[in-house]
Amino acid sequence: MEQTKLYKPPVTALDLFLTFSRITLSSFGGALFWARRTLVDRQRWLTDREFIELLTLGQILPGANVLNLAVMVGYRFAGWTGAAAAVAGFVGGPCLVVISMGVLYQQYGALPQVQRALAGMSIVAAALLFATVIKLAMALPRRWRPWLFGILAFTGVGVMRWPLLWVIGVLAPLAVAAAWKAKDY
Amino acid sequence: MNRLDLGALFLHFLALWFVAIGGPSTILPEIHRYLVDVHHLLTSAQFAEIYTLAQAAPGPNAMYVTLIGWYLAGWPGVAATTIPLLVPPTTLTLFVGHLNERYPDAPIGRAIRRGLAPITIGLTFASATILMRAVNHDWRGYLLTLFTVVMVLRRPLNPLWLLAAGAAAGILGLV
Repeated sequence: MEQTKLYKPPVTALDLFLTFSRITLSSFGGALFWARRTLVDRQRWLTDREFIELLTLGQILPGANVLNLAVMVGYRFAGWTGAAAAVAGFVGGPCLVVISMGVLYQQYGALPQVQRALAGMSIVAAALLFATVIKLAMALPRRWRPWLFGILAFTGVGVMRWPLLWVIGVLAPLAVAAAWKAKDY
Repeated sequence: MNRLDLGALFLHFLALWFVAIGGPSTILPEIHRYLVDVHHLLTSAQFAEIYTLAQAAPGPNAMYVTLIGWYLAGWPGVAATTIPLLVPPTTLTLFVGHLNERYPDAPIGRAIRRGLAPITIGLTFASATILMRAVNHDWRGYLLTLFTVVMVLRRPLNPLWLLAAGAAAGILGLV
C-alpha cells in the first residue's frame, strides 16, 4: 500500500502495442473498463492503486484520459518507444475502423436495427463503467478523507451538475494540500 | 457547404486540444460551434449522426473528430483533425510522465497522485450515473444494467458477451 512500485514486470514496446490494440478494439462505449480489466486483472502490469494514480494524472492533463494513460504506461515500461508503441496501438485500429464505418454510412445511411442495437449496447457500456468505478473505489484507503473528496466530486458534477472546471478548481487544491499535510496518506 | 480551409481547421483543433482539460467532452460544444455555427461545414443533424456513429466504433470516444475529418475531406481531413487530437496531449503527458517516473517519491508528486485519486473516482462515478440516466428509459433498461454489473463483479465472463446481449436486447425491442 505505501510502496508505489513493488514490482515492475518486463514489458517490451511490442507487448505495449499489442496490449493497447487489444484494449482499444474491445472498447465499445468507452475504454476505461477495458483498460482496467486488461492492465490490472489480466496482464497484472499495474495494481489498482497504480492504475488509479496514472489515470488521475491522465485526467488532469488535457486530452482523452485513457490515451494519456497509454502514454504514461508505455513510458513507464519502455521509455519513449514504449509510449509511441502504446499510442500507435491505441489509436491505429480505431482510426481505420471509424473510417470504414464512415464509408459504409455514406453508402447505406443509418439502419433502424443498427440504431436499436446501439441503444442496447450503450446500456451495457454504461453499466460496465459503473462496475469499473466500484472496483476502483474498493482500492481506496479506508479513511474518511479520500472518501469525503470522492463524494464531494461526485455530488458537485453528478448531482448538482456544476461545471467540471469549477469543481476541480476548488476541490483539487484542497485535496492535494490535505494529502501533503497528512504525510501518511 | 462553405469552402474548406484545412490549414485553419488544423490550427483551430490544435489549439483546442491544448486546453481540453477533463477530456474530449469539454471541447465538444466548441467543436460543434466552430463547424456548424461559424463555418457551416456540417449541419447540426450531420454532426450528431457522425458523433453517434463514432461512439459505435471501438476505441476512445474522441475518435469522432477523425470521422468528421474523413467526412469533410477524406485522408487530408483525417490528418487535419486527428493529429491535433494526438500531439499536444501526448507531448504534455510524456513530460509529466517523465517527471513522475524520474522522481517517483517526490512529496509533491505523491500528494498530487494520492490527493486527486479519490476525485477521479468521484468524477468517473458521476459520468457513469449521468450516462446510465441518459441511456435507460424505463425499468427494463435498469434491469439490464443491474444484470451487467452483477455479472462483471461476480463472474469471469468476457464482457463482449454482455455487449452482444445488449445489442440483441435492443434489436428485439426489449430495452
